[in-house]
Amino acid sequence: MINKLTSSVAQALADIPDGATILIGGFGTAGVPNELIDGLLVQGARDLTVVNNNAGNGNAGLAALLAAGRVRKMVCSFPRQADSHVFDQLYRSAKLELELVPQGNLAERIRAAGAGIGAFFCPTGFGTDLAKTNGKERETREINGKHYVLEYPIHGDVALIKAERGDRWGNLTYRKAARNFGPVMAMAARRTVATVHEIAALGGLDPESIVTPGIFVTQIVHIERTATRAGGFRKAA
Amino acid sequence: MDYRKRTKAELAARVAQDIFDGAVVNLGIGQPTLVANHLPAGREVILHSENGILGMGAAPAAEEEDFDLINAGKQPVTLLPGGSFFHHADSFAMMRGGHLDICVLGAFQVSETGDLANWHTGEQGAIPAVGGAMDLATGAKQTWVMMDLLTRSGESKLVGKCTYPLTGIGCVKRVYTDLATFACTAEGLRLIDLVDGLGVEQLRQLIGLRIRT
Repeated sequence: MINKLTSSVAQALADIPDGATILIGGFGTAGVPNELIDGLLVQGARDLTVVNNNAGNGNAGLAALLAAGRVRKMVCSFPRQADSHVFDQLYRSAKLELELVPQGNLAERIRAAGAGIGAFFCPTGFGTDLAKTNGKERETREINGKHYVLEYPIHGDVALIKAERGDRWGNLTYRKAARNFGPVMAMAARRTVATVHEIAALGGLDPESIVTPGIFVTQIVHIERTATRAGGFRKAA
Repeated sequence: MDYRKRTKAELAARVAQDIFDGAVVNLGIGQPTLVANHLPAGREVILHSENGILGMGAAPAAEEEDFDLINAGKQPVTLLPGGSFFHHADSFAMMRGGHLDICVLGAFQVSETGDLANWHTGEQGAIPAVGGAMDLATGAKQTWVMMDLLTRSGESKLVGKCTYPLTGIGCVKRVYTDLATFACTAEGLRLIDLVDGLGVEQLRQLIGLRIRT
């Protein structure tokens, strides 16, 4: 029998090794797997490379992981936030490596990893500082009169994502704009852990509406919906 | 001659006036977001948000916020009937694949031929952040910039050549400012309009660039 339901966050994250590349979903308040990030902090893996759109807010979640010195490198598109002081301080004191990636390249490089693409040519960033790696320009090509930069996939050892509903085969649906990086990150990691607010019986999710088929998901952890920073609730409720 | 600058609301209304019925539009974070409040009545415009929304509506009433439904600036929004959600790679395929009619961005500098600098000042210790700016700038059918023409110290943000790190090359088609509206072309700037009381020669002096009228 296939059963991807896991009883606890601790169990789902048990054997993440030092040096792992962790893809973490979420954009703003939507789709952030807060419980998994907190679990990673407790779990203890070090020397991590973290791929996320941002680089932490305030002092909790990803910012706490950074502050604990557990992350060697951030791969992200938008680290600067009004409350990104933890990242800012580490970056300015050169204690954290940053690979800044245009957001579309971030999404597409992750998707490419999931789809088995070796590399792809893309126009975004041509002629800019972000078409360079360590100060050296990446390969470019002119195709039908337009200029492109060669971009490589971003593979994850582990993806941590937040979905809405899931079943024991690992099929997932999302809620509103909380979908964001979830589907592509699920594809791109060797192991994908998703939190869901509801467990559906097998067959209980409309097959026409499943967004991430279970083939991309390794483990599912049920998290009660609470009025937390995870969002997805009405303040008045 | 005396002239009065366009207020932020007037500038947003000026941009909105050029957004055609049926357009699919991405409004960048900051000032461009205001354009949504000024779309002329009777025009149906679909707003795209890079985090995975088409058909974005206005901000919700207080206490009605849903923090799974936010815009690229991370503020709560609503969804119009007909709206849809999709993941990041699809959202950026819309942007990079030339499916958006117009994007409106802010800028630090724009060159007369449409080079854009809006992601990084390049200063020592500055935290860089690019987000979707490069994808939008090069991917939308038309990229428009909306900004004050001059910096606080009076320097023109329209320049011969950008000194800040580039976001894209030759990607800006129009620049809407508090003093005038320009088209950027391979041959340099062309004037579209300017505020009452401001002369073309006076405008030329302010920016120090050739302007075709």
